[in-house]
Amino acid sequence: MSYEQPDARGHFGPYGGRFVAETLMGPLADLERAYAQARIDPVFQAELAADFRDYVGRPSPLYLAERLTADAGGARIYLKREDLNHTGAHKVNNTIGQALLAKRMGKKRLIAETGAGQHGVATATVAARLGLSCVVYMGAEDIARQAPNVRRMRLLGAEVVSVTLGSRTLKDAMNEAMRDWATTVDETFYVIGTVSGPHPYPAMVRDFQAVIGEEARRQFLEREGRLPEALVACVGGGSNAMGLFYAFLEDTGVDLYGVEAAGKGLASGLHAAPLTAASGRGVLHGARSYLMFNEDGQIRDTHSISAGLDYPGVGPEHAWLKDIGRAQYVAVDDEAALAAFHRLTRLEGILPALESSHALAYAHDLAARLGRDAAIIVNLSGRGDKDVESVAAYEEAKTCRA
Amino acid sequence: MSRIKGVFATLKGRRAALIPFIAGGDPGLSATVPVMHGLVRAGADLIEVGMPFSDPMADGPTIQMAHQRALGAGATTRAVIDQVAAFRRDDGRTPVVLMGYVNPVETMGYEVFAKACQAAGVDGVILVDMPPEEAAEWRDCASRAGIDTIFLLSPTTPAERLAAIGAASTGFLYYVALKGVTGARHLDVADVAARLAVVRAASALPVGVGFGIRDPRSAAEVGRFADAVIVGSAIVERMAAKKPIDEVLADVEGFVRDLRAALPERVSGMSS
Repeated sequence: MSYEQPDARGHFGPYGGRFVAETLMGPLADLERAYAQARIDPVFQAELAADFRDYVGRPSPLYLAERLTADAGGARIYLKREDLNHTGAHKVNNTIGQALLAKRMGKKRLIAETGAGQHGVATATVAARLGLSCVVYMGAEDIARQAPNVRRMRLLGAEVVSVTLGSRTLKDAMNEAMRDWATTVDETFYVIGTVSGPHPYPAMVRDFQAVIGEEARRQFLEREGRLPEALVACVGGGSNAMGLFYAFLEDTGVDLYGVEAAGKGLASGLHAAPLTAASGRGVLHGARSYLMFNEDGQIRDTHSISAGLDYPGVGPEHAWLKDIGRAQYVAVDDEAALAAFHRLTRLEGILPALESSHALAYAHDLAARLGRDAAIIVNLSGRGDKDVESVAAYEEAKTCRA
Repeated sequence: MSRIKGVFATLKGRRAALIPFIAGGDPGLSATVPVMHGLVRAGADLIEVGMPFSDPMADGPTIQMAHQRALGAGATTRAVIDQVAAFRRDDGRTPVVLMGYVNPVETMGYEVFAKACQAAGVDGVILVDMPPEEAAEWRDCASRAGIDTIFLLSPTTPAERLAAIGAASTGFLYYVALKGVTGARHLDVADVAARLAVVRAASALPVGVGFGIRDPRSAAEVGRFADAVIVGSAIVERMAAKKPIDEVLADVEGFVRDLRAALPERVSGMSS
């Protein structure tokens, strides 16, 4: 099968597109043109490759987690170690790409939205390095549960703006970033952190993150001389999953699993799993995709223990991959993610981000199901240092309740 | 002739139309019909009613909070349409335009929404986050129901898009006067006047100007050259005042009367 998405206007089948206020249409067209040129410009690509190698520390290792494999009792579990990137997550792959593009376009100011703070840190980092000013929008609730990352952003010179309207999480931060952008379009580059938003963001962010899957595919082939049975990655907006999946899309023997946050359980309604719950198709933040909303089309509040997955929508390409059956989407709840967090920490000495812990939880079950002849790759999209405090607080609260 | 066309035809060459905006269902559903009648008494030529949305990305804090108040008081898209129908029972003349975001409309279904608007006596619809490029199906449904589709233009709209947006629009064009969100305070009137001349070369539709007009003085300045002056946040701010609802309505009515009085009369035939 030949996979070429999106179309010229940014549609992945019925998804994606460019649903924004008119003020942003011109700037998005400018961005699309600039990116189309950069994408085929060997100078830009060489600059990106050099930064990936010397600044991020790529390629990131593909690590066979032997004790985790033994514990699951089935398929060999490989971890794609995006947690070892500079700044501790996959997010920097994208922010480096977009910041280089911002520089090319002559923009002096970066803005970003952030949930867990990983994308905010990655944006603040590249802004510091390129001497650009940086403003990060973050929901007030996320500021409380991801305090270490807030401090990191401020140390890096970014202004962190607390968003207090709405549900005070990632979606509200994105609303506020879009309002800023509409006001300051001339000097500002909006660095979107996931494969969501209006065209060209979903395709552009995917392209910058595709290095994850390209490396993993090559590393796995070198190691095992064949392709893995399955890939597993967590999905909030879905950039680390898209980055891992993309190089494998035409390898139809490789199953793709995107793991959403089931929060307190799909039946409770307190989750962030629009694909798994098949909650409906709608338009938010510039694109049509699966989305969580009520019978009047009002966006629903979401819940996840992980701030980075706590988002009612999902990138439009995931919606398309679900509909064409190329990827499968499942959900893991707070408790299972937390158990996976502890399991990896104790068995492998690796503290995973709560976001990535959702993928680890599903991979554990999947490995057992696939059996010992199989092998799977899990995207360890970020490290969990940022979550140490919130995990402790969560467990303390649970103990008190019990 | 549609009500919207009628208003612009009557006022052509005389003065700019005054279009106040209120958030439907703010502060409660029962306020909407009385405030609409009050706006008409105060001299509104057309009324824009916001449909509530949880994530109004093009709006500043004033209108965001109005949407939150409306949703908190139980407003829905359907309920706002019902308020227009109730308004229509006593006012068959003043055009009403609904303004909102795509998702609630898509959730109801374009066709169902357009027919509901038609039945209620809604004249036009503005969907802030739906540019003409994504609007083919919506325009079909609206056109079949006789609902005008009003699209936005902004200072960042490239010249090559002007004609296409003009062609997709019916009723009038909405020129967003500044880069930013509703309620912003950095209006540059001379810049708007210059832009409007370019817009007029690309489309024969009347052009309303909104965003950043917040008092009689700025209304008068923009009213010298625009076909309509749209005022939103400055009215919604008054709706949010913490005092008895009849005092709020009287205050809003008085403010809109001042806006209307400030709009300059023109010498016939010199409008554009």
